[in-house]
Amino acid sequence: MSGEILVKAVDVCKSFGGFKALDNVSLEVRKGEVCCIIGPSGSGKSTFLRCINLLERIDSGAIWANGELIGYRREGDRLHEMSDAEIARQRRGIGMVFQRFNLFPHKTALENVIEGPVQVLRENPKAAREHALELLARVGLADKCGNYPAELSGGQQQRVAIARALGMRPSLILFDEPTSALDPELVAEVLEVMNDLAGSGMTMIVVTHEMGFARNVSNNVAFMDGGKLIEYGPSERVLTRPDNPRTADFLRAVQR
Amino acid sequence: MSDTIILPKSDRDAHDIAHLQLVPRRHLGRKISAAIVLLLVALLIRAFVIGEIEWGVVGQFLFAPVILKGIWNTLLMTVCAMSLGIFLGVVIAIMRISGNPVLEKIALVYIWIFRGAPALLQLLLWFNLALIFPTMGIPGLFQVDTVDIMTPFVAAMLGLGIQQGAYTSEVVRSGLLSVDSGQYEAAQTIGMTSMQTLRRVVLPQAMRVMVPPVGNEVISMVKLTSLASVIQYSEILHNAQVIYYANTRVLELLMVASFWYLVIVTVLSLIQARIERYYARGTRGRTTL
Repeated sequence: MSGEILVKAVDVCKSFGGFKALDNVSLEVRKGEVCCIIGPSGSGKSTFLRCINLLERIDSGAIWANGELIGYRREGDRLHEMSDAEIARQRRGIGMVFQRFNLFPHKTALENVIEGPVQVLRENPKAAREHALELLARVGLADKCGNYPAELSGGQQQRVAIARALGMRPSLILFDEPTSALDPELVAEVLEVMNDLAGSGMTMIVVTHEMGFARNVSNNVAFMDGGKLIEYGPSERVLTRPDNPRTADFLRAVQR
Repeated sequence: MSDTIILPKSDRDAHDIAHLQLVPRRHLGRKISAAIVLLLVALLIRAFVIGEIEWGVVGQFLFAPVILKGIWNTLLMTVCAMSLGIFLGVVIAIMRISGNPVLEKIALVYIWIFRGAPALLQLLLWFNLALIFPTMGIPGLFQVDTVDIMTPFVAAMLGLGIQQGAYTSEVVRSGLLSVDSGQYEAAQTIGMTSMQTLRRVVLPQAMRVMVPPVGNEVISMVKLTSLASVIQYSEILHNAQVIYYANTRVLELLMVASFWYLVIVTVLSLIQARIERYYARGTRGRTTL
């Protein structure tokens, strides 16, 4: 992987009250790369992911995505916080898939996918509909476009959520434990869609406990613990011959 | 313990018992209580029929033009005051959750004042505003006499609408809070601004929670408009009073007014049920426990 750098985080810190959730985290993700972030719960993986699209505000450090500094505008040697509208514009290019799907319950699967393109990107409704139908077919739900989220299984809802993220034609998609809320038998269908997505060259940052996915699909794996990035490197190496003993301990614990 | 369990003596016995006819419970208590209540209702109806009410007079005034005009005015006031109330309610609720400390405090003071003072007192205050501010306007631009503006209609609309806003804001706020925070986040990640998130994602979901209590408030507003009779707004009750001051048929005309209030409330309840069904789309329509 030698593409351009799509996401770059430098010395990112974030505290909740007195709790240090992120402690000087630095990371680079290149275009077309799949990066898995693993680590015990409470290690800051999700928080880091949420900082990339500004669902959390960072205390210090900087994050660039799609060639832009996220959340701030530089004027001279000061960084000014962006307005609501500017932040919204930056988020458009960054898709996100949540652990609990967060589909809009009052809209059908198709309407969920169309909402962003029509309301935010001001796409022609007809064209947006065509694109949405294509995306739903791509995640294997062509026959469910008229269903409301409550009528779909967890795995189907998560696939609609992926289609919704794709609807915005993002250059990057963040996955926050996308299979953790699913019944075990539904995990595979979601991972398969993510696998296809990775194959199509989408840049993905995935917080996950699925070691199989991390090993087989991702290029790089980051191991976080206690808000620190402990180890980062090619997935094959990090997962089989970790340098850091904490990574090794974690891998032993999850693979038991 | 085993000797206390009485099992059929043989499989054959068990089989016979399993195929006996089932007789439902008779609910004797229910039948008796229903009979008593029906008897009381019948006595009550009889009392009204043989009482000192001339039902002919009730029928005579039921569709009198003055009464029909009163119905129109009651409906008009309900719509105007409630619209103002809902508008203020949404604004105040958004102020309360805006995160802006000044706006939050102002919203709280608004609710404190207008929920605290009786509605009738507020109507009288607005109606008599001219005593405090004889004229209103922007200095140098225009000026009008307050008495000319503060008609019974305007005073009633402001009085009822503003106090309603204080109540409705609490309903709106609980509706907004009932929407999962994941919905805000999902809307933000597809690039929506706060206003778009509110309008497209949060409010439609909050409506499901808000419609039943707001429906209640509309119905109580229908009846609250009768207070405006005190400041000479000619709604149903006021017009009924005008008639009975002239012909002394007090009870008959109060019956006419009650009849129309019941009709309006019934129609509104039916409309509310339809609106609830609309906003319940996408949920597995649970309407009972």
